[in-house]
Formats: sequence, C-alpha cells, structure tokens
Amino acid sequence: MAANPMSQFDVYRIGPEIKVGAFDISFTNASLFMILSTVSILLIFNIGSKKNSILPNKIQLLAELSYTFVSKMISDTAGSKAKPYFAFIFSLFMFVLFCNMFGMIPYTFTVTSHIIVTFVLAAFIFIGVTVIGFIKHGFGYLKLFVPSGVPAVLLPLIVVIEIISYLSRPISLSVRLFANMMAGHTMMKVFGGFVISLGIVGGWLPLSFSVALTGLEILVAFLQAYVFAILTCIYLNDALNLHH
Amino acid sequence: MVKKIYFQSIFFSFFFIKEAFAAESGGMPQLNPEFWVSQIFWLILTFGIMYLVLSKLILPKISNNLESRKSQILENIEAAEKQREDSDAKLKEYDEIISKSKLEANSIFNQAREKALKDIGAKREVLDRQIDNEIAEAEKEIDALRKNAPDKINKIAIETSSELLQKLIGAEVNNSSISAIVDDLSKRNGDKYYGN
Repeated sequence: MAANPMSQFDVYRIGPEIKVGAFDISFTNASLFMILSTVSILLIFNIGSKKNSILPNKIQLLAELSYTFVSKMISDTAGSKAKPYFAFIFSLFMFVLFCNMFGMIPYTFTVTSHIIVTFVLAAFIFIGVTVIGFIKHGFGYLKLFVPSGVPAVLLPLIVVIEIISYLSRPISLSVRLFANMMAGHTMMKVFGGFVISLGIVGGWLPLSFSVALTGLEILVAFLQAYVFAILTCIYLNDALNLHH
Repeated sequence: MVKKIYFQSIFFSFFFIKEAFAAESGGMPQLNPEFWVSQIFWLILTFGIMYLVLSKLILPKISNNLESRKSQILENIEAAEKQREDSDAKLKEYDEIISKSKLEANSIFNQAREKALKDIGAKREVLDRQIDNEIAEAEKEIDALRKNAPDKINKIAIETSSELLQKLIGAEVNNSSISAIVDDLSKRNGDKYYGN
C-alpha cells in the first residue's frame, strides 16, 4: 500500500560511515544529489561556454540566457555595485534550481526540502550581507533599522520591529524554500498514494491531480529558486545602497 | 447513478488512506539531526567547489563570449554603416560625374556650334569679299569695255564706211574726212546708241 508521504525525505547513508572526530560526515543520498546537481551545472555551463560562435548552439544559448537572466536580475534589484557578487548569486540560483528540478524526477531526493540545507544557505547569506553592510558603511549600517520620516514617538517601536524583521530574514528565507519543496512533494506523494489505493476505478481523479500538480511543482521549483536568488539580491541591495 | 457511486467510493476511500498514513507517519525526517552535519559538510563542499569553478573558470568565459559577440556585432554594424556611407559617396560622385559630363558635352556642342557658325561667317565673308572683288573687277572691265566701245565702234564705222565707199565709188577716200563725219555722228547720236 501507499508508503509514508514523508519517507521520501529520509536521509540514508550510502556506503560506509565516515566520522571526523565526533561528526558524522557520511556520504548520503542528499550528498549524492548535491553532487549530481553541481556536476550537471558545471557540465552544462562548461559545454555552453567552450565554443564561442556568433550563432550559439542550444547549450551555449542556454548558458548565455541564464547568464543574462541572472545578471539582469541583479542589476535590476541591487544595482551595479552588486557586480562582484554576481558569481555567488548565479551559483546560488543555479544550485537551488537544479536541486529543485532534480527533486521533480521520480525516486529522486530533493536536497532543498531539508531545512538544514536551506538554513545553512540562508544563514550564510544573512551573515555575508551583514558583514558586507558593516564593511561598506561601518556603524552607519545600523541606520537600516531607523527609517527616515518616522515620528519620534513611534521610533522605539519601529526600530524593534525593524530589528526583528532583519533577524528573521534567514528564517523566512530558509523556511520559504524548504516548506514549499516539502509541501509540494508531500502533496504529490499523497495524491500518488490515492491513485494506488483507489485502483483502476477511482484512481483517475487523483492521477489527473497528480499530473496537474507535477506541472505546478515544476513551476514552484523554478519560482522558489528565483525568489531565493532575488531576495538575496534585495538583502544585498540593502547592504550596498543604504537608503533608509 | 454510476457517477454517484464512483464519487462516493472516492470519498470514502479518503478515510481509509488517512488512517493508513496516520499509522505509518513518524514525524518529519527533516527534523532528525542525525545527518545534519553530513548535509552541511557536503553542501559546503559541493557548493564551494561549484562556486569556485563557476566564478573562476566558466562565468568569465561566458561574459567574454557575450562581450566579444556584442563587439563583433557592433563592429559589423559599423562596417556596414561605413560601406553604406561609402556607397552613398560613390553614388554622389557618380551623379556629379554624370552631370559634369553632361555640362561638358553641352559646352562642347555649343563650342562646336559657335565655331562652325564662326567658320561659316568667316568663309562667307571671304566669299563675299571675293565676290565683291570679282564684281568690282567685272564692273571695271565692263567700264573699260564701255569706255573703249565708242572708239572701237567709231573705228569700225570708219573702216567699214571707207571700205563701203571704196567698193561703191571705186576710189580711195580720205580716212580723215570719214572719221570726222563719224565722230560728228557719234557725238550727235552717241547717247541714243549707248543708252547712257
């Protein structure tokens, strides 16, 4: 019968247990799909950048379109000052996108459906952006929490709210991606279970739902990668161009 | 009826499935910290390597490709523009040459016509002068002839009349008396004879 819809998120060891000190860094299915994603990204973009023809072939076009897409996204949201961080945001977008998309293949593991993965990414972005902000503006970066044009009476409240919203950035960023991935995959699994349990008579309805959900989930996979990248750009914009 | 049973069966089976899942579910695997360190380690490793390779090797190449294509396209557009300008200039030059040669042809034609007219005028003048000369000479000749004519006529008249008299009379006649008579006659009737 239908398996547990959460069992698709199980992480299990592949090969022997590797321990460094007290830490278990064994190779797992999550590691496998991280490697698969990065290797396919590197493969596609390496092939896409190898030949420089005036009329690009399909892979070159794919690589160049992704490049211009991300570069336009960055320049639109964070301006020209964000140019040095282009490679990072490009890697981030591609990594999240490929992990999401690999998760859409049946029997695969979705790396981004784990809170710890998205949280590490989000925390790294949060810390990095904060460090960049303090390097660029010194303690003036704290003006981010004091919006201009606010009545002095409301200021203590606003500052507290701003600080809380700033500190919740990594949580919202990581939970958004993780929850979207987990919910989508759980839902698909549940509907897939319905197809089996309802059999040949009643299984068609959840099957059609499943088909529609697959389309939706592919959209969500792209959209969440985009949202993740663009929110990073917006946070970076706050750090680079302090205009509160 | 069949439809109703179909949807009812679907509806009721939801309950069974829910129970089946409820029995199996054991919380979220995401919250099990067993493999957290492993996931963090592999994430940093794979993402780090990917970031390094992308930023150091691949992305500069792609941006280079895009730049070179852009510059090449711009160059080509520039070259095309230049060639268009060149061809425009050539066209203008060609037009100029054509209009100039037209003017030249016109002027040559005019010159030739003027020259021909001048030649014709000169020749006509020469001819006129020649004709005038010839006319003057002829007139002179005629004048001379006219002047000499009475004398000759007188002489002829004298000789004729002397011969006539000789034949009629058979005697030698004094020429001088005859000439006196002829002179006298011609003086009297000269006007009538010569129409002067």
